[in-house]
Amino acid sequence: MYRESETHSRRRGRNFGVLGVLVGFIVIVFGITIAKIQTGGFSEGFDHVARPALAAEPIEGETTE
Amino acid sequence: MADTSLHDDARAASRPEAALGDYWALLKPRLMSLCVFTALVGVVVAPASMHPILALASVLFIALGAGASGALNMWVDHDIDAVMKRTRSRPIPDGRVARDDALALGLALSGGSVVMLGLAANWLAAGLLAATIAFYAVVYSMWLKRRTDWNTVLGGIAGAMPPVIGWAAATGTVGWEAVAMFALLFAWQPPHFWALALFVRMDYHRAGIPMLTVTRGRAATRRQALVWAGLTVPASLFLAVSSIGGPLTLAVAVVANAVWLHRAWAMWRRDDAAAEADGHTAEKALFKWSLVYLFAHFAVLALEAGLRGAGLGGW
Repeated sequence: MYRESETHSRRRGRNFGVLGVLVGFIVIVFGITIAKIQTGGFSEGFDHVARPALAAEPIEGETTE
Repeated sequence: MADTSLHDDARAASRPEAALGDYWALLKPRLMSLCVFTALVGVVVAPASMHPILALASVLFIALGAGASGALNMWVDHDIDAVMKRTRSRPIPDGRVARDDALALGLALSGGSVVMLGLAANWLAAGLLAATIAFYAVVYSMWLKRRTDWNTVLGGIAGAMPPVIGWAAATGTVGWEAVAMFALLFAWQPPHFWALALFVRMDYHRAGIPMLTVTRGRAATRRQALVWAGLTVPASLFLAVSSIGGPLTLAVAVVANAVWLHRAWAMWRRDDAAAEADGHTAEKALFKWSLVYLFAHFAVLALEAGLRGAGLGGW
């Protein structure tokens, strides 16, 4: 009859633990991302859309070309 | 300090593979639970709204930071832990986890928790968490604990930080109310620990740790416990009348402080002979009330915040 050794049992427990930690970490990062998008914290200024209103006003006497 | 290197090598040769629970034990889960509770209250009572997911993530990362400092503390204290009865069965002295593994876990969790708290909340909170971990692992564990009998008092700085970090995570600042929560926790720890030290025979002297009960004597420890119990009162009353307090908080503070001071006074008034005769009744009473005292203060602050949200609590 097959009997699992204590070493294998401990190793399996540890592996499942690491799996749980990694899955938990993914869930947390995903959750933080969603929350940040909802509150608009990180998205401001990084939307890759040209927004002339954000460009600095040219200084008087200075050309923009 | 006892040389335990040969002892450690012998352990390593016959070491079984560590189980998941052994790594969990490195994080000092009981201390983590206190950090979770006080940090959560810091977030909840702060005068700023925080997204629930960000609030929960912040508390989790503060708890992980506390766990990291626990692992680093066990890495530093491996020689002390090996000679004391209370700590001999910890994962490192018992040979279940290699010392280097504890260091790696502590460092990885320290870096991870600080960076993630910075991303989830703000970098002030992350900076405070980093400073707290560094203080506990380096200043307290490597230096204060082994050199001065002020170790219990000054070591309490790290234990008092979680509500301040929680507050900073929610608001991006550190207000007077957060400082008062810090002060309450800071002054609470010495009488809490010394009451325990007076009725549990701890063998810190075997490890060469200068604890107050040994360096100054047990009578001085009783006096110091009364002084520090008194110092919690201003912080408690300030919180009650501050913007995060209210009538309910004030009522709880008055009752909790009256019992707290009475029990600290009762413990100070007697000597070891009287304590031995009645099975350390007064010392155990103060220790038990210290747990109620802390829980009641932080729970009522959270309750007051909830009532304030419903238009009922606060001044």
